[in-house]
Amino acid sequence: MSVPEIIETAVSAPYWQALAAGRLDFQYCRACGHGWLPARAQCPACLSDDSEWRPASGRGRIVSWVVYHKAYAPHLAERVPYNVAVVELVEGPRLMTNIVDRPDGQGLAVDAPLELVIETDFGRALPRFRLVEA
Amino acid sequence: MQGKVVIAGVGNTPYGKHPGRDKIDLIVEAAREAIGDAGIAKDEIDGVFVKIANASPTVLYGQKVSEALGLQPAIGCALDQGGAANVGLMTYAALAIEAGIIRNALICYGDTARTGSHAVYHRPRGDDAIMGWYSTAAGYAMIHQAYCQRYAARDEYFGAVAVAARDHGARNPKAQLRKPLTLDAYLAGPHVIAPMRRDDMCLLSDGGAAILLTGAGEAKRRGNARAVPILGVGQAQESWEVHLRPDLLSSRAAASAETAFRQAGIRRDEISFAQLYDCFTVTVLQTIEDYGLTPRGQAGAKALAEGLGVDGWLPFNTSGGLLSESGTPGLQLIIEAARQLRGEAHVQVKSPRYGLVSNQGGSMHTHATLILGAAG
Repeated sequence: MSVPEIIETAVSAPYWQALAAGRLDFQYCRACGHGWLPARAQCPACLSDDSEWRPASGRGRIVSWVVYHKAYAPHLAERVPYNVAVVELVEGPRLMTNIVDRPDGQGLAVDAPLELVIETDFGRALPRFRLVEA
Repeated sequence: MQGKVVIAGVGNTPYGKHPGRDKIDLIVEAAREAIGDAGIAKDEIDGVFVKIANASPTVLYGQKVSEALGLQPAIGCALDQGGAANVGLMTYAALAIEAGIIRNALICYGDTARTGSHAVYHRPRGDDAIMGWYSTAAGYAMIHQAYCQRYAARDEYFGAVAVAARDHGARNPKAQLRKPLTLDAYLAGPHVIAPMRRDDMCLLSDGGAAILLTGAGEAKRRGNARAVPILGVGQAQESWEVHLRPDLLSSRAAASAETAFRQAGIRRDEISFAQLYDCFTVTVLQTIEDYGLTPRGQAGAKALAEGLGVDGWLPFNTSGGLLSESGTPGLQLIIEAARQLRGEAHVQVKSPRYGLVSNQGGSMHTHATLILGAAG
């Protein structure tokens, strides 16, 4: 198994294009005001088609995290241990991401404040986060 | 439900490795045992309900299984609800029996996740795989971490679950993993996806399992004194991926249990034992709390202090569960509950009256709860 490939769709392409331009965008429903990720054609709250992409502030908090010691694909063998975290943006949407500089999860805590750092990896601009020192 | 439909027979293959065998031939072997156990003729089965095989999903699967059984049933179908599907299938089969659409239903599952492919359990999780998000286990590890953080839970709380399941599996001749586990060995086990350790994780198994349902009146007419009545069933779905749920530590297992207990008309403290879906140890602690058997955050400490054996606080997974008997998704728990209520278990609870079974699937995406009564 090789590095996973992102298949951009008509719905998700704006998300990836924004990251490439240095922004993390989320979808916002013009009908009901709900905000969400990942990309969908309709608002999951009110089912409206009428949404727009808005830039996130880049601030968020940790909901939970794990540290992989097992590599589930060959390209991950040189990365273990590495963390994957659930992050909630201050605007509400959540995403699955990584906390930089803390491969083994050291110093992470639920609700710890974060800021966005966009890194290029596997040829893609990816949204990652770093702990904000109190 | 309230006892109008019964489990008339149960059967399963040994669990573990069945190299070279097909999932459907494992189903037929288990079904043959269940049919013999129920004492009905094979051709009297007019409903075939099969859970899709996790490791190798197949189109028109209900029909392929029926063909192998030499049947042309009134209802033949397959269901995908992850690990909640077996109680789900029982629910729909029991309703069809109650409605007079069918008379005898076979619920069955077979898979070769051990010697065949287990790629599904290690799979990349959509676009998030680029962040390193792989495997089924990782979703549960995320819940495990949230549980540790919110409740300052000790590793021993999770270990108590694993040790109890392994103790029971060691005494089950058909179990896959018959090696008991000490708490010290659990704690010394390596992290796979921290905070989850090796012994927090269920087995990968080949095997087949089957149960036969019929109407209570029908079972009585046939003189089946070992029929186990279905008293309550409930389902509730989380559906959203782990990271999108508002609270990782409050699942809709609660709603599924509420429905099942209301139907059965019994209280939580009347349960004689629980066969809980122990795909990972955190699932057990979470389900106990969602079911209202302890307050939030207290299941682990109570399990450690008061035990999960037949003489403990909550006799749990008496045939070893997914951690020790078989990693197949959930039918083995229903079969063990029926054996307990017939007084035929290897690790027998004394005079059980009511048995509780949880099924769940995905990363706690789906939930189903079953309450059975004593045989007779």
